[in-house]
Amino acid sequence: MNPLPDIPFSYNLRNLWTRRLTTGLTIGGMALVVFVFSAVLMLAEGLKKTLVATGSPENVVVIRKGSDSEIQSGVERLQASTIETQPEVAIGADGQPLVAKELVVVIVLPKRGTGKGSNVVIRGASAESLLLRPQIRLLEGRLPKPGSSEIMAGINIAKRFTGGGLGETLRFGMRSWTVVGIFDAGNTGFSSEIWGDVDQLMPAFRRQAYSSVIFRLRDPSEFEAVKKRIENDPRLSLEAMRETRYYEKQSEMMAKFLRILGISLTAIFSLGAIIGAMITMYAAVANRVSEIGTLRALGFHRRSILGAFLLESLLLGFFGGAIGLFFSAFLQFFTISTMNFQTFSELAFSFDLNFQIAYQAMGFALIMGFAGGLLPAVRASRLPIVDALRAA
Amino acid sequence: MIPGGAMAEARSIVEIRNVSKSYRRGSQIVPVLENITFDIAEGEFLALMGPSGSGKSTLLNLLAGIDSVDSGSILIGGLDITTLSETDLAAWRAVNVGFIFQFYNLIPVLTAFGNVELPLLLTRLSRKERHEHVEMALRSVGLSDRMDHYPNQLSGGQQQRVAIARAVVTDPVILVADEPTGDLDRVSAAEILELMSRLNKELGKTIIMVTHDARAAEKAHLIKQLDKGVFINVSS
Amino acid sequence: MFLLRLVFRNVFRHKLRTWLTVLGITIAILAFGLLRTVISAWYAGVEASSASRLVTRNAISIIFTLPLSYEERIRQTEGVRIVSGGNWFGGIYIDEKHFFANFAIEPKPFFALYPEIILPPEQEAAFIRDRKGFVAGRKLVEKYGWKLGDTVTLRGTIFPGQWDFVMRGIYKGRDKNVDETTFYFQWDYLNEKMKKTYPQRADQIGFFMIGVTRPDIASDVAARIDNEFRNSIAETLTETEKAFQMSWIAMSQAIVTAIQLVSFVVIVIIMAVMANTMAMTARERIGEYAIFKALGFGGGYIAALIFGESLIISMIGCAFGIAFTFPAARAFGDALSTFFPIFNVAPETIYMDIAAAAVIGTVAGVFPSWRSIRIRIADGLRRIG
Repeated sequence: MNPLPDIPFSYNLRNLWTRRLTTGLTIGGMALVVFVFSAVLMLAEGLKKTLVATGSPENVVVIRKGSDSEIQSGVERLQASTIETQPEVAIGADGQPLVAKELVVVIVLPKRGTGKGSNVVIRGASAESLLLRPQIRLLEGRLPKPGSSEIMAGINIAKRFTGGGLGETLRFGMRSWTVVGIFDAGNTGFSSEIWGDVDQLMPAFRRQAYSSVIFRLRDPSEFEAVKKRIENDPRLSLEAMRETRYYEKQSEMMAKFLRILGISLTAIFSLGAIIGAMITMYAAVANRVSEIGTLRALGFHRRSILGAFLLESLLLGFFGGAIGLFFSAFLQFFTISTMNFQTFSELAFSFDLNFQIAYQAMGFALIMGFAGGLLPAVRASRLPIVDALRAA
Repeated sequence: MIPGGAMAEARSIVEIRNVSKSYRRGSQIVPVLENITFDIAEGEFLALMGPSGSGKSTLLNLLAGIDSVDSGSILIGGLDITTLSETDLAAWRAVNVGFIFQFYNLIPVLTAFGNVELPLLLTRLSRKERHEHVEMALRSVGLSDRMDHYPNQLSGGQQQRVAIARAVVTDPVILVADEPTGDLDRVSAAEILELMSRLNKELGKTIIMVTHDARAAEKAHLIKQLDKGVFINVSS
Repeated sequence: MFLLRLVFRNVFRHKLRTWLTVLGITIAILAFGLLRTVISAWYAGVEASSASRLVTRNAISIIFTLPLSYEERIRQTEGVRIVSGGNWFGGIYIDEKHFFANFAIEPKPFFALYPEIILPPEQEAAFIRDRKGFVAGRKLVEKYGWKLGDTVTLRGTIFPGQWDFVMRGIYKGRDKNVDETTFYFQWDYLNEKMKKTYPQRADQIGFFMIGVTRPDIASDVAARIDNEFRNSIAETLTETEKAFQMSWIAMSQAIVTAIQLVSFVVIVIIMAVMANTMAMTARERIGEYAIFKALGFGGGYIAALIFGESLIISMIGCAFGIAFTFPAARAFGDALSTFFPIFNVAPETIYMDIAAAAVIGTVAGVFPSWRSIRIRIADGLRRIG
């Protein structure tokens, strides 16, 4: 006794082909739902990657206690010096502590094309800043000379904002600044920033305090010790966290928003797709009642009938899933450039597709196919032979 | 025409004992067959006739194992099929019963070859063996050249021939036919009946046929009339 | 009327299929309505803002402040009626998840400038009297169960420290699109503390809200103000409140566009599936319609039957969809309340829902109607036998 459908596979495929229009529409619906589902997952993954990759677990970010981001924070010069003297700070090749004291502000620049203004992060940096962020590579031009009005722009800024390209000039803080270099920081937040000499930028923006201090741990396991010391010092009122954690927090709101929006949209749409599949399969069963009777009369088990219709529905899901996933892969060519609600700054991230997402998307598609096809398949298998034959 | 005398010597392949069957229509119970008992000999070609509602189709369905009795037993080849579970019954049908329907009941998305192969998929035969059987069956109904045609590419008569090929491909014990000529024109009907007659004479197939058509009944050896669930007379 | 009875009978003939189709349309309409509501929620700030109020901020960006001294100079500018200074405080209540907007404001000019914020006069007086007082929107107060006289503590982020406030008033919005989840306290309180702890940061205003004497001179006044402060330490950028709100949205334009696109396409597909379903049903009945024709009913009658059936199905689906949109919107709005303080279903959305359903029903009926009108009776009858 053969438990698996003895009914040939070509039977299922050909039946789907016979009712092409309906099959096509149902597959189209599923493909679209899978596309949205996959896009949402890819977006969340891309966001996570960008923000997490932005930091290194060996770096520590120190900001004022209570402020949530560098932009809101202020670290006095004295406090910054105190941090420099901590024993856990790594020493660089030049014998100096690997500590970067940075200024982070947000300005509004017009976007290329639309001319609409959008927030951009400007980071006053030093030589140590580059040492602490090895992921930053110079693409074109050169590094800004310390003490000058030269700046370098992240590749996303150069591409999207007027005045951000190589050789172009930006005006802020009552001065003109020339872009002498373009850098790429991969898929991280730094690619959407403009960097300049901190000692030039601070007076330009009339700031006396730094925004944050970043240092490299000489031994990553010593993080807790130095964190405790910094945070418990009553003179300092600062907080310290690993750079990776800092950037992860920056995206929490955005990630949550995307997740809620994305999942609920997908849930609603998937219901629609399942209903579509159900209708299609019920219609298929209704159309083939006498066929079902014949197959049963010939000796095929109820199970085989159930299996055959379920298989057809799963095929709908499979094709829909494959098509949806295929098209969603193209999204990887797009970058989303939008404002991070938490930090008010420009965030550019892309869609990231990996095996896990592909699995999940196909799994989801098959589940939709199954859900849509189950009840009709059960009905088909339960038809009494005699009644089914009479419906010829 | 085989004389009645020689019939009595052939063994009974179908034994129907005290079979009753009724249907529920809404809240009413409608009796269709009442306490029927009779035998069918091996190699018989029997026509069941009667007005609508007489129960002839019901009897056919019970014999074929696609419906179940309310009481009584049906032995086919010595096996009481009323005691079989649904799963076993399905397996039994696959090997022992060949079906011929009024509307051919071919699977539209399979070719003639595919349709005839269907019952063999339920057996343990290898692919090569299956193909041999199918080709043989199609040859015996004269449709070897139309193996790859789909039902909608065949005439009514040709479709019924494919159905017959399907019915005999597993070498079943009995062939049941429900109005096999009901949807055919006179010429095709005659061809089909001739074919069935040949199967009965040359291969010794036992055929039980339900029909309205007097000409079809003529081809059979034995005619039984049913009315309101009981046999009313026997003629040959 | 016989026709109507027949249509209804037909609709409920295939109960399962009909209800599934209705369900499908319900979902499509629901999804459509929700997405439109999300988009209008995004623009809610813009809708609520006025073209006769101006916002002046530091030209570099919103995170830079303006000196307090600017206030008087702005007030002297021609065409300015009221000036009210304020700072985005950015305080955190309990933790980051409990986000709501909180501002330090100058109470008297503020309430004069925003008539759509309705505060009972005795509460306004109590608020002004108490330097540590705050007023909050009705929705916010309900969410946290605050009562008049309660102390609420915010953790400052831009302005460090733990800040205590006492609730002195609950405001309501005059219109449905006024944000009732904002927290306002006195700018003097902020400034006093700053003078003590970070004196170099005292006397700084984040933005000025300006009321003009006549709406049509708004852009002139804006230009005048910016001119006044050109080439000074803090240059200003003045624009209408509407423009200001729009600029924030423009920054997240990408997402809004993506949502609009997705919703449009998905809904079209679901509609196509439903339309096909109803067309399938009509196709199956061609034989019956042939009988009607044989009996003498005209093609128009048959078309009416077909359209009637599909329109009824889509309208039932539409009704359910609209009915479910409201509770769904409420649930959605609650889940995303930190992002969308205003989440209302607009009347336009309902109209569009109905229009969409009408389109589905019509499209579903077109092909089968055309077919059955043209079919010859004999061909149709053959389909039954």
